[in-house]
Amino acid sequence: MTTSWRMIRTIIKRELAAYFESPVAYVFLVIFLLLAGFFTFTFGGFFERGEASLAAFFNWLPWLFLFLVPAVGMRLWSEERRLGTIELLLTMPVGTWQAILGKFLASWLFLVIALALTFPIVVTVNWLGDPDNGVIASGYIGAALLAGTYLAVSCMTSALTRNQVIAFILAVVLCLLLILVGFSPLVDLLARWASPWLVESVTRFSVLTHYDGFQKGVLDSRDLVYFLSVIAFTLFATGVVIRNHRVG
Amino acid sequence: MIRIENLSKSFGQKRAVDDISFEVGRGEVLGFLGPNGAGKSTTMRMITGFIPPSAGKVSVCGIDVLENPIEAKRRIGYLPEAAPTYTEMSVLSFLGFAAAMRGLRGEERRRAMRRVVELCHLESVLGQTIDTLSKGFRHRTCLAQALIHDPEVLILDEPTDGLDPNQKHEVRTLIRSMGENKAIIFSTHILEEVEAACTRAIIIDRGRIVASGTPDELKARASTGRLDDFFRSITRSDTFSGVGA
Repeated sequence: MTTSWRMIRTIIKRELAAYFESPVAYVFLVIFLLLAGFFTFTFGGFFERGEASLAAFFNWLPWLFLFLVPAVGMRLWSEERRLGTIELLLTMPVGTWQAILGKFLASWLFLVIALALTFPIVVTVNWLGDPDNGVIASGYIGAALLAGTYLAVSCMTSALTRNQVIAFILAVVLCLLLILVGFSPLVDLLARWASPWLVESVTRFSVLTHYDGFQKGVLDSRDLVYFLSVIAFTLFATGVVIRNHRVG
Repeated sequence: MIRIENLSKSFGQKRAVDDISFEVGRGEVLGFLGPNGAGKSTTMRMITGFIPPSAGKVSVCGIDVLENPIEAKRRIGYLPEAAPTYTEMSVLSFLGFAAAMRGLRGEERRRAMRRVVELCHLESVLGQTIDTLSKGFRHRTCLAQALIHDPEVLILDEPTDGLDPNQKHEVRTLIRSMGENKAIIFSTHILEEVEAACTRAIIIDRGRIVASGTPDELKARASTGRLDDFFRSITRSDTFSGVGA
C-alpha cells in the first residue's frame, strides 16, 4: 500500500469519526430517512402506483439530496478555515489533493451509508411483489453518483468561504442549476422556441438526464463519465481555490 | 538545519515580509520577536510550507520546502498561532490522528503518544472532547501534536500565549531542554521569555530584521541594559504604523 493512499485513509477515518462523534451524523440520518420515507409513501404514491419498483423513492431523491447533501458538505473546508485547523492539516506531510480527496471520500461514504439504510423500502417491495432487483441496484448506483456530484459541488463552495451558511446556499443554487437544465417543465418551455440541438445540448448538462438512465436500469458509460467528470472538475476547482487562499 | 535566504512575501500591495535571511542550527533556540503584524507568523507559515513565499528560499535539514514540501514537512513540528485543534475530537483520538498522519503505526505509535502525553501533562484529559477543555489544555494538546514525531525542527508560534505563569514556565523549560538536540524557532511577545529560553533572538519590524544576537548582546545595546527598552527603541507600535510609514 502506498503512503499516499495511507494518508487518504487516515483522513477518511478522522472525518468519519468526526461525523459520528458529534450529533450531526445521527440528526442527518434520522432526517434523511424520515423525509425519504415520507416522500416515497405520500407524494411518490408508492402504493397507488401498483407496481413493484422503487421509482417512488428514486424520483424524489434529486430534490431531497439538493438540500441534504450541501448540509453534509458545507462544513468540509469552511470549518477547517474557521477553526484554523487547515493550517495544521496542510503542514502535515500530505499533499493538498490527498486532503481534498480524503475529505470528499469520507463524506461520500457517509452518504452511501445513509442510502444503504433505506434498505427497508427494498425489503418491502420484494415482500409485496416481484420487482426487478437489477433495476433497483442500478438505481442505487445512480443515486450514489448523484450524491457524489452534489457533494463535490458543496466541497468547492465550502472552500470558498469560512461561513458555512454561505457555502450551503451557494451549493444549493449550483446544484439546483444542474437539476433545472434538465427539469422537464422547464425543458418544454425552452423547446417551444429553441432549436432541438440547443435543447439537447443544454439538457446534456443536467444531472437529471443522466440520473434517469440509471433509474431505467440502463448502465450507460456516458452517464458514468458525466458524473465522474463533474466530480473531478469540482474537486480540481476546490484545489485551485485552496491554493489561491494560501498564495494570498 | 533551517536556512532562510532573502525571503519575501507580499499580500497585494502590502509587503508582510521583506527580504529576510537567517539560519538556525542544531542545538539553537531562536526567539522571534516583533510587534503584532511585524511578519512573524507569515515567516513561520512560509517555513512550514503553509504559504508559498513571493521570493526567496527556505530549506529545512537541507531540503527545499518549495521543491520537496512533503519531505520537508516530515521533519518539522509546527504549533500554529492560537493552537487550532479539531475540537469535536477527544484528546486521544486527535493525537492518534496526528501520529497516523506522521506515518507512525502500531507499537511505535503508542509509544509516541505516551511520550507526548507525559511531556505535555495530558494524562488527566485523554478521554475528554477538546471542546470541553480549558485553554491551557487545548494549547498543550496542539503542542503535543507538534512533538509527536520527535521532529528535528520545531516551529512554535506563540507557544506560551494564553497559559498561566506556571504553565508558561513549564513550556519554557520544555523548549530549552528540547533545544539541546533540535533546531527551534519560537515567536513571543514576552521579552523575559527570550532571556529564559533562547540562545539567540531576532527582532523583526514591518517585515525586516532590525536586530539579531544573543539575549545578552541585545540587552547590552540598550542604554538601560533592559531588553524591553531596547525592543521599544527599535520597533514601532501598531498605533503609529499608519503615520508617515
